[in-house]
Amino acid sequence: MNVQPFKYTLASIFKYASLILAAFIALVPIVVVLFASLKTNAEYATSSPLAPPANWLNFANYTKAFVDGNMLVGFKNTIIILIISIVGATLTGSMIAYVLDRFKFKGKKIMVAAFLLATLIPSVTTQVATFQIINALDLFNTRWAAIVMYLGTDIIAVYIFLQFLGSISNALDESAMLDGASYFTIYWRIILPLLKPAIVTVIIVKGVNIYNDFYTPFLYMPKTDLQVISTALFKFKGPFGSQWEVISAGIMIAIIPTMIIFLLLQKYIYNGFAQGSVK
Amino acid sequence: MKYLKISNWGYSAQRIFIICAFSIIPLALLFTFAYLPVINMFKYSFTDWNGYSKRFDYVGFENYSRIFSDPEYFKVFIVSLYYFVATFVQMGLALYFATILSFKIRGKNFFKGILFFPYLLNGVAIGFIFLFFFKPDGTLDTLMQAVGLGQYTQLWLGNPNIINVSLAGASVWRYMGFNFIIFLGAISSIQKDVYEASDIDGANRWQQFRHIILPSITRILQLNLILAISGAISAFDIPYIMTDGSNGSETFVIQTVHLAFKYGKLGLASAMAVVLLFIVILVTLVQRVTMKGEE
Repeated sequence: MNVQPFKYTLASIFKYASLILAAFIALVPIVVVLFASLKTNAEYATSSPLAPPANWLNFANYTKAFVDGNMLVGFKNTIIILIISIVGATLTGSMIAYVLDRFKFKGKKIMVAAFLLATLIPSVTTQVATFQIINALDLFNTRWAAIVMYLGTDIIAVYIFLQFLGSISNALDESAMLDGASYFTIYWRIILPLLKPAIVTVIIVKGVNIYNDFYTPFLYMPKTDLQVISTALFKFKGPFGSQWEVISAGIMIAIIPTMIIFLLLQKYIYNGFAQGSVK
Repeated sequence: MKYLKISNWGYSAQRIFIICAFSIIPLALLFTFAYLPVINMFKYSFTDWNGYSKRFDYVGFENYSRIFSDPEYFKVFIVSLYYFVATFVQMGLALYFATILSFKIRGKNFFKGILFFPYLLNGVAIGFIFLFFFKPDGTLDTLMQAVGLGQYTQLWLGNPNIINVSLAGASVWRYMGFNFIIFLGAISSIQKDVYEASDIDGANRWQQFRHIILPSITRILQLNLILAISGAISAFDIPYIMTDGSNGSETFVIQTVHLAFKYGKLGLASAMAVVLLFIVILVTLVQRVTMKGEE
């Protein structure tokens, strides 16, 4: 069978070596931060970054980071913003997708084009002008600043919903209409439940973006009471300066929820990202 | 009272109602946060507005001529080049790993998870992780000493000649997993029997990659290239969090933010943003045209 066993072996050694090296590079920066987060101040100063902590259960830095770094406020605000934005994006995204997929009307082409064209505009470039709009709407320094922006700039959700709607048969709508269902009932009772996989995808893709976003809360909600995980962590730069063991604990606190969710939802996350970007 | 219930209306009336009711919010949001800012940005770019005073004056093309004549403003483009090159490294790596992990291999899911995971991490956390990684006697220096490369350690973030390489490296670390997972999804949608047929014909792995995988994922490759290029031009998080643009690491977006929100030069910042927007659109159009040429 193996005509060229030597060549195959060499190729697979290279394959596995490259994978192991890549995994090492992906993990090392995180693992050293985990190590540092569990070290005492004196231990941190004297030990190599690559050395594991002496006591794996030294959570003093975590307590300090969580309490002094005000991370509870960060989690609270992040969760509020996440829930409202995601529910809103799911509803508005599926509504517009329903209209665009199921009805023929004047101006439909223009509407689709308008959503498409908007993807060409990277939101960071227009940030300066967007800021003035948020200001004019009196939303600066409120949670709504972030919420409306996460809702408003969301075009990916519309794409994902449109893609799924295409695969839901029109015959379902028609038979519901024979039973006298209104268009709203069709959307609410038939389309929305069938869009479940798309909704999961949207929740994951949006959730990751919102949880990790720094720019929006940093610019639009500088008030301390309104800080989210990103901005709470960013503030560690000042007070904790060179106390890297505390900063490390803060980093870990910010990424532990991501780790847990990733481990639990791995399968859905992969699907979500694959679908989120294939048109 | 009966007419207040939508289900009692005729379908044509319902149709109009549903189309309007379901479109108004998404369209209002789209207009307010995608198109209105662009329109306003053009307007501001011809003024000397500082962002907060009641009045401003139109100054014509003054902001634009300043951007193109003052090297201070123009050198941020050179910084973008680092991220631009990094984008290709990132996509090359992603394509390589996506290809080998779509064939039979031990520990597939383990490697898949690890390679993708960095993409899910919080941007600020990544900024700090790499500050720790690159700092003197930090992770990188220690690793290099451990393997005998001690004499090559550098001030990774202090040396203006390599700071952008370091930062672009962190950016590759962060975003490679995204390209990887997208490519993996695209490759896995290729029918299995195509490989089997090529196996019978005696094709090796490289030939399979060249003639089966590459042609089937061209579209997604180009899509990712567009995303990656506009991403490179709008690099912000990592350099802002790690260096605040110091030591020559200032990117276009950092400069725009500084100008607008720190120095109150909103007119000038808007002009820069307009230039940036044109570059992104131009690159995308060039992409589209070359894409059509290949089809």
